[in-house]
This record gives sequence, C-alpha cells and structure tokens, in this order.
Amino acid sequence: MNIVVCIKQVPDTAEVRIDPETNTLIREGVASILNPFDTYALEEALQIREKLGGTVTAVTMGPPQAEAILREAVSMGVDRTLLISDRAFAGADTLATSYTLAKAIEKIGQVDLILCGKQAIDGDTAQVGPGIAVHLGIPQIIFVRKIREISEEKLVAERMIESGAEVVESSLPALVSVVKDINTPRLPSLRGRMAAKNAEIPVWTAADLAVEEARLGLKGSPTWVHKIFSPPAKTGGKVFTGEAADIVDAFMKEVRENQLFS
Amino acid sequence: MSAIKVITETCTGCGLCVKACPYEAITVVDKIAEIDLHKCTLCGSCVDVCPFDSIEINVERKAVEGMEEYRGVWIFAEQRDGEIQSVAYELLGAGQRLARARNTELSAVLIGYQVEGLAAALFQRGADNVYLADDPALADYNDEPYARILAGLVRRYKPEIVLCGATAMGRALIPRAATELGTGLTADCTGLEIDKETGHLLQTRPAFGGNIMATILCEHHRPQMATVRHKVMAEAAVDPGRTGGTLIRVEPTPDDLMSRTRVLEVIKEEEETANITEADIIVSGGRGLKTPENFALLTDLARELGGAVGASRAAVDAGWINYAHQVGQTGKTVKPKVYITAGISGAIQHLVGMSSSDTIIAINKDPQAPIFKAADYGLVGDLFEIIPLLIERLKKG
Ligand SMILES: Cc1cc2nc3c(=O)[nH]c(=O)nc-3n(C[C@H](O)[C@H](O)[C@H](O)COP(=O)(O)OP(=O)(O)OC[C@H]3O[C@@H](n4cnc5c(N)ncnc54)[C@H](O)[C@@H]3O)c2cc1C
Ligand SMILES: Nc1ncnc2c1ncn2[C@@H]1O[C@H](COP(=O)(O)O)[C@@H](O)[C@H]1O
Repeated sequence: MNIVVCIKQVPDTAEVRIDPETNTLIREGVASILNPFDTYALEEALQIREKLGGTVTAVTMGPPQAEAILREAVSMGVDRTLLISDRAFAGADTLATSYTLAKAIEKIGQVDLILCGKQAIDGDTAQVGPGIAVHLGIPQIIFVRKIREISEEKLVAERMIESGAEVVESSLPALVSVVKDINTPRLPSLRGRMAAKNAEIPVWTAADLAVEEARLGLKGSPTWVHKIFSPPAKTGGKVFTGEAADIVDAFMKEVRENQLFS
Repeated sequence: MSAIKVITETCTGCGLCVKACPYEAITVVDKIAEIDLHKCTLCGSCVDVCPFDSIEINVERKAVEGMEEYRGVWIFAEQRDGEIQSVAYELLGAGQRLARARNTELSAVLIGYQVEGLAAALFQRGADNVYLADDPALADYNDEPYARILAGLVRRYKPEIVLCGATAMGRALIPRAATELGTGLTADCTGLEIDKETGHLLQTRPAFGGNIMATILCEHHRPQMATVRHKVMAEAAVDPGRTGGTLIRVEPTPDDLMSRTRVLEVIKEEEETANITEADIIVSGGRGLKTPENFALLTDLARELGGAVGASRAAVDAGWINYAHQVGQTGKTVKPKVYITAGISGAIQHLVGMSSSDTIIAINKDPQAPIFKAADYGLVGDLFEIIPLLIERLKKG
C-alpha cells in the first residue's frame, strides 16, 4: 500500500492577536506549526502501513521553511518526504493548491491512498482534499473518524455527518480526510528525531512537474483576497458589579423589563 | 517580473507593512521595504496598510470567455431523508437579496429520490426556478453523482452565483463541483454582498482563527461559489402568495450516476440534550466551571430556562462535556435568542461561533475578560454564587 499524506505548515492561530491600537496582526512570537489535523492523517497512514506494509510519503507545498514539518513527519516515522516549492506557487488558492499537489502525486505514481487533515487551521476551508481527488479523478471520503477495514482494493470508513455518521465503502485509489477522533498521534521516538535531523528533503519545483504555468499560484487562482480588516470592535453593554445578590437583583430587573427569557 | 513590487521612489521605510504581514515576509532594509518572495503569499495585507501606495500586486489575469452569459443566483437545496434542511432556507434568504441586487432570478437545485414535493417549499421561500434531479440512485447523498449533476447543470444553465451550506454534505459536494468547473470557491462566508460598481460578489469570511476578516473576490471566473455555515444568515420568510414557480427536470445519464463509493449504513447518534444549533436559549460553560460535576449547575439553569447546554473548547478538551456541545470556530455556530456564558473568557475562536446571538449575557469574575466586550449584559462575579441565586429567582418566577 503506497500512501501519500498531504501536510501543511500553518501559523499557530491560537497565538495570533490583533493590536487594538494599530488594528494589525501581532505575530511576534507566533510559531509556525504542522497543521494539527494533519498529524492525525500521518498517524493513520503509519498505522495502515504497519498493518499492510508499503510506504508512507509526506508531501507539502510551501516555502522552503516548510521543510520543518516534513522533518517532523520523518520523526514520526514516514518513509519519504517531498517539498513542493517554487515562487510560481505563491498566492495559490485552494484550486491552484489542489492542482499542484495532484500533479505531484501523479508524478510520485502508484499511489493507493491519499490522506489529508480535515482542514488547515489558517484558512479552515477543507477544500484542498476534495480538490485533489477531482484533479486525480478518484473518489473521496471526507471527515473520517474511523477506518473500519482497508485492503489493497477497497476501504470502509465512518464519516461524520450532523446527525451521527455514514459508513461508506470506496474502491481504491481514494482520498480520505480525517478528523481528530480517528486516533492519538504518536510522539516521535529518539531514533525518529535523529533521523529527522539527518533526513534529506527532496524539493520539486514547477519545472519538475508536468504543470500548466497558468494554473499555478496567484495566476491560477480564481479567488483572491480583496481586503483584510479587523472584526469591528465591540464595546460591551450593561455591566453589573458588587455582591452576588445585588448583581442578580439588578440583572433580574433587566430580565423583567426587557422580557429577555420569554 | 514578480507579482509583488515595492515602489522604491515613494517607500519611506515606515514599517507598517512589516507589522501587517502575517507571514513575516517583509523587512526594512536601508529605509525601504524588502519582500521575501519565498515567504510572501500575496495576501495583500501590506498593500492595504501602506499609506503611500508603495506596494503593488500585479498579476495578469484574463476574464474567462463568455463570462457575461452567466446570469442568476443558485442555491443548493440540501435535503436528507426527504426533508429540506433549514440551511437551504437561509441560503434562499441570502440568495433573494443577491438576486435583487443583480436584478436576476433565484433558483434552487434539488437532488434526491421522490423529492419533487419539496419544490413547493422552495418556491414559497423565494425560488423562481427549481432544478430537479430525481432518481432512485440519488436516494442517499453520494459525492460523485451529486457533484457531477450539479456541475453539469451549471455548465448548461450558467448561473453567476452558486451558494451551498457548509454542512457535512455541502463541504463534500461543493469543492468537487467547483474543481470540476475550474472556478473559485470561498468557504464559510459570514457576509455576502454585491459590489455596486462592478457587480461582483464580495465574499467576507473570518481568517486566522477569526482574528481578521477577509473579503474574497472571484472576478474573472464564473460562477462565483461560496459556502455559508448553518445559522449565519436569516431564513427566507414564507410568502403564502407564492404558490409556484418553474420546475425544470433533469434526467441524469448512467454516466452521471456512476459512483465508486457506496453508503452502507447511517449511524444515528442522538445527542443527550437538545441540539444546540436549534435552541432559543443556550447556557455555555468554560474552564471557569473547574470540574465536570459543576456542569450540573449549568444543566439546572438551562432546564429552568428551557434551553440547551453549550461549552467552550477548553471545557470540551478537558473532557467535561462532549464535542457535540462545543461552540466556536471548530465547533458549532449558534444564533439563539439568548446566549449565556459562565466561566468563559471570550477568546475570538469562541466569539465567532456565537456573536450573532440576539442577546449575550456573560458571567465571569474577571472584569477584564474579553467576553464582556461582546456581552449585552455583563455579570462580574463568581459564577458559583451567581448561578444558584439566578436559578432561585427564576424558580420564584
Ligand atoms: C484553531 C483553534 C480553534 C479553536 N476553536 C474553538 C472553538 O470552536 N470554541 C472555543 O470555545 N474555543 C476554541 N478555541 C480555543 C480558544 O482560543 C480558547 O482557548 C477557549 O475558548 C478558552 O475557553 P474558556 O473561555 O472556557 O477558558 P479560559 O480562557 O481559561 O477562561 C476561563 C474563564 O473563567 C473565568 N472564571 C474562572 N473561575 C470563575 C468563577 N468561579 N466564576 C466566574 N468566572 C470564572 C476566568 O476569569 C476566565 O475568564 C480554538 C483555538 C484554536 C487555536
Ligand atoms: N499547501 C499544502 N500542502 C500540502 N497539503 C495541503 C496544503 N494545503 C492543504 N493541504 C491538505 O489539505 C487539507 C485541507 O486544507 P484546507 O483545504 O486548506 O483547509 C490539509 O489538512 C492538508 O492535509
């Protein structure tokens, strides 16, 4: 079983804040991390390899410093890594990103299963996975919380929906995106960490892929950011302070006057 | 030539762009901004803040041919088990507004088996046309045929805008359809407006965990496609005067219906409490509750008010309550009449999930907690004192 896991480096959005005075992003000390959902995809790939044999390749499209997350993937135990990096990819939206990743996966060849995270926390779109599947002409099962069965030919997975889950069977090759209920990602072993330090990270540029230039990066992106702004600041409403009994008295008066609960 | 350029003649090296860049791609060297093209994603934040218009983003883009033939606003009318999902009515509400602004028609796409009867409800809520694909093979939602049929309809009838719910179904379907069509798709929009001058769709959505808002354009491709989360837009009202519209049947071909996946079974998981996305009153608890047992206090208050219990991610991550109750960016979006928080600080990721509630009431002992900025009523004090008193007073009536 040859598995490709698509992973992405993202800013740790928990740390990103707005400077209330200048209304700009404060990004001092904001670390770049491996997209949390993608660690579950990596773990799932490793578990499948342990069962069925084969190789796991971690792929990312990003700037040169994105190789850090590929090293992290090596430390968890993936066999191969691949950094897809070129200035021509800058400004890619989900369509151009999924096109580029699909072309890279085609070049890797003989891929049976592609795993993605549910979404990347910088954009939260969850669109790249299905996009890759369509570019490759393969089926998908997204938001998977459990892979029940997997063989060389097919897989059966539970996919989360609003009212519970759907059990879906798919032929392979297929693309699967995973949610965090699926597993508990392993911590890197000491040997893994050593391997990560020494790993050679292969880099493919646009010239290495059979791509149409016009479909890459900003140029190949139908959508682009027109404007970025801070959410309007709220000032707050009535505030009640003092002893608990006084607070509740004053508040209950408002409740009655404004019929809040009726 | 690169897509982004600093105009060195006018740049003063003020450094505002350095601060604005989310990717640390800009430095000031010899009083002139320098952009590291490896890090730059061309997001445009720097262009917006530059007081001297000294940064330019320039990309040659051509409008796709025949763009002007695209007319009309479409919504995908999600149905499950023969029931229209209310997100479809919310899309009709947004769609009516957009169709009016574009002086065009509003249509709904309905896919399923024996669902023709559902068209009436769509007409009543403002749809002028309903495109119907009805076939036994479409009884269960299935990615491949649904996406192929939707994409086929778009190719044939050329709508300028297509909206879909950001639901489990929508998020599987619509990126497949958009990719097949080679057009743009914007996820989780909270604002959809028509640009008065250009007629393009301005698609506004939170980014970076809700810390900033971004307005996205799809200027040169059609259709412009977007998803909207459940409970973000107001439902279209029923207009009893509208008794019908045009029903356009489409016959899916065997190729359309081909699929390599199959739903074997649907597992229903009833939540133990009322579904929070539908509740009128929600009482949400956070880390300030300290233990799982203390959630009982909230359950009591919720029961007294006839509401549901929600939670912050901190409370869910601590294992005090299950994920189905989580409100926020990675949880549910809610829009109740009254949203009460107890022991929640009001992180932006929580606020994006509840800030469109009609009335927000916050209980927190820290007067500086950001939740108070979002709240209509702020109760500054210990929740373990305030909530029992509140319950007592509510019981008295
Ligand atoms: C990518 C991403 C996605 C996220 N998605 C979500 C999401 O969907 N939903 C979400 O909620 N969060 C989300 N978060 C997490 C979010 O950033 C916050 O960490 C979280 O909301 C904090 O939860 P809290 O307010 O319960 O805890 P805290 O921030 O620890 O706040 C606890 C509050 O309780 C108060 N308190 C303590 N004791 C008492 C008392 N006795 N009486 C009264 N008040 C008391 C304190 O003053 C404090 O303000 C996300 C984060 C990231 C990075
Ligand atoms: N630049 C990228 N490189 C590799 N994988 C990516 C990239 N962008 C997105 N992905 C994958 O697609 C998933 C969904 O991302 P998104 O559509 O951006 O929310 C992520 O969890 C990754 O698995």
